[in-house]
Amino acid sequence: MIRKIFVIFAIAGLIMMLLPLVVNFEYKDSLNELSSQYVRGSIDDLKSQNVVTSVIVSYRGLDTLGEVTVLFLATAGVGFLLKHKKNKNSLRKASELLQTSSSFLVALIILFGIYIFVHGHLTPGGGFQGGVIIASAFLLMILSDINLKFNHLILHLVESFSGAFYVVVGLIGLLLGIGFLNINIVPLGNFGQLFSAGAIPIVYSLIGLKVGAELTAILNTMGGEQ
Amino acid sequence: MTLTIIIILGVIMIAAAFGAIYFNKLLAAIVSAGVISLLASVIYLVLGSPDVAMTEATIGSGLTTIIFLFALNKVRKENKK
Repeated sequence: MIRKIFVIFAIAGLIMMLLPLVVNFEYKDSLNELSSQYVRGSIDDLKSQNVVTSVIVSYRGLDTLGEVTVLFLATAGVGFLLKHKKNKNSLRKASELLQTSSSFLVALIILFGIYIFVHGHLTPGGGFQGGVIIASAFLLMILSDINLKFNHLILHLVESFSGAFYVVVGLIGLLLGIGFLNINIVPLGNFGQLFSAGAIPIVYSLIGLKVGAELTAILNTMGGEQ
Repeated sequence: MTLTIIIILGVIMIAAAFGAIYFNKLLAAIVSAGVISLLASVIYLVLGSPDVAMTEATIGSGLTTIIFLFALNKVRKENKK
């Protein structure tokens, strides 16, 4: 009984908190000063077609570095808590259909993930999304072949090298005197081309590799134990 | 038109949220929690933010559901012993 009253109070509090957002919401015809600065700066200064990407990688680059660190800590925690036990037959043997189709699909899904993070500055998407798609391809491999063993050394090497290079890219900007995680360390190129927007494709490729390796390691620890 | 889609999807999302709490089978609850994320990603897409929609669809409804399923598998196996 008391529990139910608490729940009702909690829901009422949430409604009180969130209702002003709905009631006071109004459509605006023009961007405010900060957003228009970002949109214009993304086109003129950074030559990046996708404004979201230029905000994530350049204007809020330090936040992204923190996000990557949080994901790394989460992976390390999962790997530390769930140690490999010697269990056999944890998953059922995969059906013929899954085995055949996964061997056909895995390469295509990995290619799509790479496309997503390499084109992060041109089309929607980026390192995090591309990394998760790559991890889902490896998940398909884990599900289709129960005796599959990933080489943990390679996963860890890919993850730590891409993380370290991300920091190195930031430090190069510091050495050149233009600021930490500044993307102007390579020539900006022409607007709308694959090799444009300075270091954004480099940073997003590194993030994509890192996220893909980390999530594959999590899935491997959780599901693919032999 | 956009508002209609959002309201319909929102109602289904609330129903799925209640399902995730009240379903007796854990498997059904996990799938129902994944449905919430999938419909949320559709709403983001309708509202014009494909980047967030992609993140929500891949991480929220794809990876999280799979990790929950793996965890369920692990817990069941521990119980059997």
